[in-house]
Amino acid sequence: MSEAAQRWHLAGLAAAVLAVDPGAMGGIVLRARSGPVRDKWLALANALTEAPARSMPPSIADDRLLGGLDLGATLSAGAPVHSSGVLAEADGATLIVPMAERLEAGTAARLGAALDTGLVPDGGTTPAQFGLILLDEGAAPEERPPEGLCDRLALHISLEGLALADTQEKPLDTADIAAARALLPRVRLPDPAFETLTVSAAMTGITSARATLMAARVARVLAALGRRKMVSDQDLATAAGLVLAPRAKFMPETAEPEEDTPPPPPDQDQPDSDADNSDETGRVEDKVLDAIRALLPNLALNDTARRRGSARSAGSGAREKAVTHGRPAGTRPGKPDRRSRLDLLATLRAAVPWQKLRGRHPGEAHIAIRADDFRLKRFERPSESVKIFVVDASGSAAMARMAEAKGAVELMLAEAYQRREKVALIAFRGTGAELLLPPTRSLVQAKRRLAVLPGGGGTPLASALQSGAALARQIRQRGATPYLVLLTDGRGNIALDGTPGRPGAAEDAIKAAREIAADYLTSILVDTSNRPQAEAADLAKAMGAQYLPLPRADAGRISGAVRTAIGA
Amino acid sequence: MTNPFPFSAIVGQDEMKQALLIAAVDPSVGGVLVFGDRGTGKSTAVRALAALLPPIQVRPDCAYNSQPGEAVPGREDDDATETVEIPTPVVDLPLGATEDRVVGTLDLERALASGEKVFEPGLLARANRGFLYIDEANLLEDHLVDLLLDVAASGENVVEREGLSIRHPARFVLVGSGNPEEGELRPQLLDRFGLSVEVASPTDIAERVEVVRRRDAFDRDPQGFLKRWTRKNTAEQRRILKARKALGRVKMPDAVIEAAARLCAAVGSDGLRGELTLIRSARAHAALEGARAVTITHLAAIAPSALRHRLRRDPLDEIGSTARIDRAITEVLGV
Repeated sequence: MSEAAQRWHLAGLAAAVLAVDPGAMGGIVLRARSGPVRDKWLALANALTEAPARSMPPSIADDRLLGGLDLGATLSAGAPVHSSGVLAEADGATLIVPMAERLEAGTAARLGAALDTGLVPDGGTTPAQFGLILLDEGAAPEERPPEGLCDRLALHISLEGLALADTQEKPLDTADIAAARALLPRVRLPDPAFETLTVSAAMTGITSARATLMAARVARVLAALGRRKMVSDQDLATAAGLVLAPRAKFMPETAEPEEDTPPPPPDQDQPDSDADNSDETGRVEDKVLDAIRALLPNLALNDTARRRGSARSAGSGAREKAVTHGRPAGTRPGKPDRRSRLDLLATLRAAVPWQKLRGRHPGEAHIAIRADDFRLKRFERPSESVKIFVVDASGSAAMARMAEAKGAVELMLAEAYQRREKVALIAFRGTGAELLLPPTRSLVQAKRRLAVLPGGGGTPLASALQSGAALARQIRQRGATPYLVLLTDGRGNIALDGTPGRPGAAEDAIKAAREIAADYLTSILVDTSNRPQAEAADLAKAMGAQYLPLPRADAGRISGAVRTAIGA
Repeated sequence: MTNPFPFSAIVGQDEMKQALLIAAVDPSVGGVLVFGDRGTGKSTAVRALAALLPPIQVRPDCAYNSQPGEAVPGREDDDATETVEIPTPVVDLPLGATEDRVVGTLDLERALASGEKVFEPGLLARANRGFLYIDEANLLEDHLVDLLLDVAASGENVVEREGLSIRHPARFVLVGSGNPEEGELRPQLLDRFGLSVEVASPTDIAERVEVVRRRDAFDRDPQGFLKRWTRKNTAEQRRILKARKALGRVKMPDAVIEAAARLCAAVGSDGLRGELTLIRSARAHAALEGARAVTITHLAAIAPSALRHRLRRDPLDEIGSTARIDRAITEVLGV
């Protein structure tokens, strides 16, 4: 079987496993763009379940998700009309979320609560047991559905890069599912299997006990699908491929996560490094680890991408569109749901002029309100700010400068009591710039990511300015306010195309700086050279930045100067 | 609702269990903050503890879990003494919950249908006399955390909005959880939680295997599993009830109070809250241990949980808070 056909085989198995025991699996995270392969998989998954799947948009409003009073219908009927939500409607079926990478944190939390309890999370007792399929269509590695929700779904598969030609395998049918379901309660998991899975998880950097537990459940269902009463080693290996591989942070052979090292093909036997071949568990573990290894490059995101993902979801809470507090900013017409607040006075005011037309007479006690009259309160919140430190890590002074920049970042984070402030750090040296710390407000993350600081080499100033500006634009697009803080002596010696030489480098740097000015990005240039010279001041002028000569600047002075300059 | 996992069957996580037990014995200690990775059994532990506590007596159909004689909206002069038994409530506060949902709001249904102005109680009412669990407290909007801590401290929810003026009892133990990698709580808020614990997945393979094995056994056969743990769970329950009763009688020697003050000074924790929590939780811990008087050992056992989150942070200091407290315990208390 080709590698692609093998992945299709696994994807088909995942659909079958979910159909057999949706309650224990939670669901599937399917990473694939929309297209014929994904459509084929969805049709296949749909054919395995009795009830037709229900679909919901990622930006669903709470009243549609949880159900509740239907205000429009209530008013026209004159008596309370309740509508059931999507969660209740999905009870006993599969719930599909397309574009799941755009799920809001609140919606994801409610889905997670429903998965945990089997009830609609509104405090009531409405059942909502469903298998959840998240269609992750994210383009960049950091575009992922909320981590907390993914963690609850046992099966993670990817159809990326598969062609229709790879999908020839005959799928399982409903008879297989029914047989497996009947057999499942009698399937036994040999006791050492827990150890095998736990050790495999530990060796691949998975700390969550939930993942191991889910792998055990999947192994049982796989055995049931294969009409076996005892879980086989192969079942364990396949379960590990479906559950552990996508969550793996590294492989035991390589201490660092390395994407570019091609793993050995799955069918080739690993040379046994240890002598104790007789150890039964050891060999099963190898098999399981091989299964994980075989799938790692296709399924797993590396550690960095995973963290980036979590950082993103952390910030997304602040980006919620329907703001329910803050500075009042007038009213707007709209349909009230649980995330907005009705402005009663404004609603009445909107209804009053129409009372005569609606058949009400002055002096009558009641007032006729139609759905069009609803006015919602609007609120404004100051937008989040992100300080992007762009730090020169080149040359001999690099280490000291980087250490102080790191200190400044940590000080700013520690002072950032207001959670609306984030800090990012880009270092540049050699031939390019590197995002060392993506925008975060977590001091813990900053400390860990900045534990090792690169230093030395040439000064690619122009490319650093471009990276900083690109990140700033990205941040601005998300509705936050970026500030660029450049720490350098302003003497670039690597041009944009990577060629060394001062004149070309300086020209490119000035050009990049002008682009920053043209974008009206607020920026500060901290000149860290011992004797401030014209280059840095010129650069600051070109980028429209405030120029702060701070020779021998330490962490405290840098963060203080930045605060004063920005006025925060 | 499904049965929660038995408390006594939770593998390891001793500090978290200790903090939760202390809060169950003496809710005046203040809330518990649990920081750690996902899948470390934080919410399992909270649910398990609530299931361990004896059922509470409430008025029938009361949205506020009130006792007879207690004034709640709509029952100001109700002198019926009839009660029903309900399990200790655990209310989840999901991320993205609105202020309306939390504090309660105008009952739109009644307002629209019959023109009545009636208060629709929120999550705070449902959590009365139980636990309020906030998953990912660090991602919760600041104003909501402020509000929750205020209510938790005063035991009363005061609602002044939409023309309503309502107050109702809301006494609960606040348990917040979160992952520090995804954002932090403001120090002012941190300080207002009574205890804070850090949980991590066990590093010992045997322990990890046991976690998975027990959970799997529970999922396969909840009733049978619960039965096997009944004896230990009942013993744990008796320990809590005994400790609650004994709490007022546990002696607090001056030497321990002085030691608590010295410890706070040594680690540089701000304010009196640290000392107060130290003393209260040491007393609850001693009561749980069945001791007649609090000793320095009791104090040392709870000091990390009571002080960890109160240290003035120096971001450039690489030593963790726990290490700083451990050092102070050794220096000041000599244990």
